Amino acid sequence: MEFTFSPGSLLTFLVAFSLAPLFMGVILKVKAFFGGKQGPPWLIKYYTLFKLLRKGSVYSTSTTFVFKLGPVISFVTAFMLLLFFPFAGLPPVLSFHGDVVILFYLLGLGRFFTVLAALDTASPFEGMGAAREVFFSALAEATVFVILALFFRLSGSLSFAEYFSGSQVVNLWSQSGALILLVLIALFIVLLTENSRVPVDDPATHLELTMIHEVMILDHSGPDLALIEMGAFCKMLFYSSFISSLLYPFHMGFAVVNLVIFAATMTLLYAGVGLVESITARYKMDMVPNFILTSFALVFFATILTMEFIQ
Amino acid sequence: MDNLLLIQNGQAVSRNDIPDLNFSVFQQVVLEFVLRDGFVVQFFAYENEQGALKLLAVLRSGVNLYVTGCSLADEYPSLTSECEKFHMFEREVAEQFGVRPKDHPWLKMVRYHENYRGKEDVFGNDYSQDIPGNYPYFTVEGDAIHEVAVGPVHAGIIEPGHFRFQCAGEEVFSLEIQLGYQHRGAEKLLEQAGQPLLRLPVIAESIAGDTAIGHSLCHSQAIEALAGLEVDEGSKIVRTIALELERIANHIGDLGALSGDVAFNPPLNYFGRIRGEFLNLTLIMAGNRFGKGLVRPGGIAFPVLEEQRRIMLEKITDETPGITNVCDLLFSAHTVLARFDHTGTVSHSVAEKLGLVGYAGRACGLAYDARINFPTEAYDSVQANSNQRTTGDVYSRANVRREEIMHSLRAIPELLVKGVDAEPVPVPGSYTLAPDSFVVTVNEAWRGEVSHCLLTDKDGAILRYKVKDPSFHNWTGLAMSLRNQGISDFPLCNKSFNLSYCGFDL
Repeated sequence: MEFTFSPGSLLTFLVAFSLAPLFMGVILKVKAFFGGKQGPPWLIKYYTLFKLLRKGSVYSTSTTFVFKLGPVISFVTAFMLLLFFPFAGLPPVLSFHGDVVILFYLLGLGRFFTVLAALDTASPFEGMGAAREVFFSALAEATVFVILALFFRLSGSLSFAEYFSGSQVVNLWSQSGALILLVLIALFIVLLTENSRVPVDDPATHLELTMIHEVMILDHSGPDLALIEMGAFCKMLFYSSFISSLLYPFHMGFAVVNLVIFAATMTLLYAGVGLVESITARYKMDMVPNFILTSFALVFFATILTMEFIQ
Repeated sequence: MDNLLLIQNGQAVSRNDIPDLNFSVFQQVVLEFVLRDGFVVQFFAYENEQGALKLLAVLRSGVNLYVTGCSLADEYPSLTSECEKFHMFEREVAEQFGVRPKDHPWLKMVRYHENYRGKEDVFGNDYSQDIPGNYPYFTVEGDAIHEVAVGPVHAGIIEPGHFRFQCAGEEVFSLEIQLGYQHRGAEKLLEQAGQPLLRLPVIAESIAGDTAIGHSLCHSQAIEALAGLEVDEGSKIVRTIALELERIANHIGDLGALSGDVAFNPPLNYFGRIRGEFLNLTLIMAGNRFGKGLVRPGGIAFPVLEEQRRIMLEKITDETPGITNVCDLLFSAHTVLARFDHTGTVSHSVAEKLGLVGYAGRACGLAYDARINFPTEAYDSVQANSNQRTTGDVYSRANVRREEIMHSLRAIPELLVKGVDAEPVPVPGSYTLAPDSFVVTVNEAWRGEVSHCLLTDKDGAILRYKVKDPSFHNWTGLAMSLRNQGISDFPLCNKSFNLSYCGFDL
């Protein structure tokens, strides 16, 4: 197994990481626009983070160290994802053959500890949210792994670096673009699911009984909550970058030009999420599995098609 | 019908005219009446001057209102075992006077307070303790069952109430609602306020903050009936408009909140703004956005003249197209309809058994509207509203509200263009209430039938003041709507009823 480390990409990574909260602001602005409001300031998420980091944390006496471990692990795993991602087609900080499999399981690990922390509070709400989260993300995982199988057939690789910055890039405008179109739709559904967005979940609700992800982190406060938020930003950035990379061929010569176009695609994608949230209501809870399984059906179909095309 | 006295809404009768039956006759008459096609408006106990406990029932059937009474012993055979409509009323009587209804299927506290007579508590609670008693909630047992307890402190800005769900996974088998956290003793405050009765309207309009007009109207009508006060035409029109503005503001706010609960934000924001416009119209009339201080015995407390009428007419004309558009946006979004349709259904037969009132009842096909059946103020000149869809689900409750908003938006201009000025009533020194009298007032507030009942003693002092908020009927409807629903749909069902906690808790 070849392991690469490119210090030059550290800069791209840092820029991407530090812009993650700004992109979340785009969603809020779009939603506010459709609601006829001015919306919060663009930098609201940074303010929130600094506010939370300055606060102290409150711990219930019924919780154990697992409760404190949850936010740390969920942040660290989401942060690690970004290290392996080739933003704007530039080589990622770290990379090795087969990294995608590990990365998606890292996400799973983060979720596992979030769930454990939720169960640790012994609150009936949090257990309910945990059950929903685990069920829905297990369905989304099926989609993700079919996508990986499809990409392996298309590019013969199992690493983000090779998908998006190698010679055999996977892209909407490539020869197998029609298949990628299905993947894009499926990935968008996964993005909405994994990041607790409408129509799967409502990040803005105050109604504990309807929450999925939010209810699991009700007991976290202060810096712990800040870590969870940052983890959520990273996760959202990761999925959006994944989709953006499929959308646009980043081979314009200059790295700076690539980065600008990449940022623009990302902004559009976040605006798209805001648009979806503005024009749709949430699904009934028992409709959500159907919605997620639609993404699975799409990519499964795409994979079947490759059986014909490639041979 | 010797055993039932036919009375008029808001007209005093002598207490001596009220039938005083023996209990078994009373039970037979009342049950027969209610089981045929009657409904309970009020059902309460009081102690007369000699300290004897009496029971009164105010019943309605069609456009007729009846009253009857009997003496009450410390224990009596429950009416609830025959007819569900008495269930909450009998619990209330048991709690207030320490009287045990035998074979009541579900005898538990209503508001957790000591009874008025210093008798031993029917439920075995000791109110000198921090935790007065350990009530065993209804439970479902089994490996797959889990219990979810919500409240009394909630995440949102809603009032305190405890909800106990018995679930299998996402499905709710049973919901038990315990209220009483806001019990302020409103009835006792009203009874003990004493002369010159100036405090009474202030207490009455604080019974439920969102129904300030509804309750103060009921109160003022009762005092007017007992004190023989006449209300001029202009004031009647203003009071009608005020009640309709309260209805519009609350319905619009709730439609927005329903939309927000399913994460469909644009109508939430638009309706939020529009609700403010209607609260501001009440401000123009009353100097208070919720209409506090407007309705007073004898009329209204502020002048409403040409200028106020013009502003109101212009504002309503301006806002009506916007409301229509936002309603269309909400009711045409298919993802919203997917959430509203077939959610939280209360069947017509259940609604009839429980005696649901207001929009919750009308959404189940119970057409009763006190504005039509027992018109007061200027309601005889307002055309009746009708509801298109009455299937008892969240969609029906939302749609009934939409129709009521539109109906009120048509009715208010009709009243305004009559152009009758309303002068304020002078602040009265004191009223003399008719002695030995009884009066009941019924009004269709935005949530449904509000009713106040007043009994005076031989000196004209208030002997018993009974308040009933529509929520008293409808909370059981909410509990029923959750049967076999997803627990995640509870907030939506709850908002579609939007019942009052403090109106119930008194």
